[in-house]
Amino acid sequence: MSEPDRTPATHDMGGAQRFRCTPVERDEEPPDEFGRRVDALRQLLAQKKLMTVDELRRGIESIPEDEYLALTYYERWLRSITTLMLEKGVVSAEELR
Amino acid sequence: MTPPAEGTSAAAADPPGQPAPAAPRFPPGARVRVRDDWPERRGPCHIRTPHYLRGRVGAVERALGRFPNPEDLAFARPAPERTLYHVLFPQPPLFAEGRPGDDVLVEIFEHWLEPADTATTEQAA
Repeated sequence: MSEPDRTPATHDMGGAQRFRCTPVERDEEPPDEFGRRVDALRQLLAQKKLMTVDELRRGIESIPEDEYLALTYYERWLRSITTLMLEKGVVSAEELR
Repeated sequence: MTPPAEGTSAAAADPPGQPAPAAPRFPPGARVRVRDDWPERRGPCHIRTPHYLRGRVGAVERALGRFPNPEDLAFARPAPERTLYHVLFPQPPLFAEGRPGDDVLVEIFEHWLEPADTATTEQAA
């Protein structure tokens, strides 16, 4: 059996060299208007049993690395929610154009 | 990267022939090795075991209870409960820094742990 590829997943950042010796980000700001709307959408979809937080995280973790690093926190949420709703057939790609 | 095929994912494989036991498999103090498994390299998945612990040996602090497996919850499929543990690892070899005596305490599910006394981390083919 060949050696497994031990490249960590993009989101699995514990111990990553590029974050060592950099200041801790004290980002305690409440979500902005965009963030609040994305969270409201997530809560509504959860209430309607259309998605869970575990699925949200899985969707975030599946974002390709270059996009993942370019998107903001709530943009990742929205990207994941979109992926999940397409996956489940709740919306179609045409409807999102 | 190819989009995930519908209904497929790369869950961490259960050890062959071992259904998840209801009682904790490992008592406090047991030396355990985190399985050197990389499901994220096999396809879509949702893994809560940090990459830097794969293949590492630690000691069980205590069992925390049984919880639905997030690897299944993430795909909205039936999620059998698994025992979750606090496992303690010496820090210096993990991050190549820290002083002897520094520890890292991590929550790890039972199906990611194997007795540290067995020599092998071979995967079933």
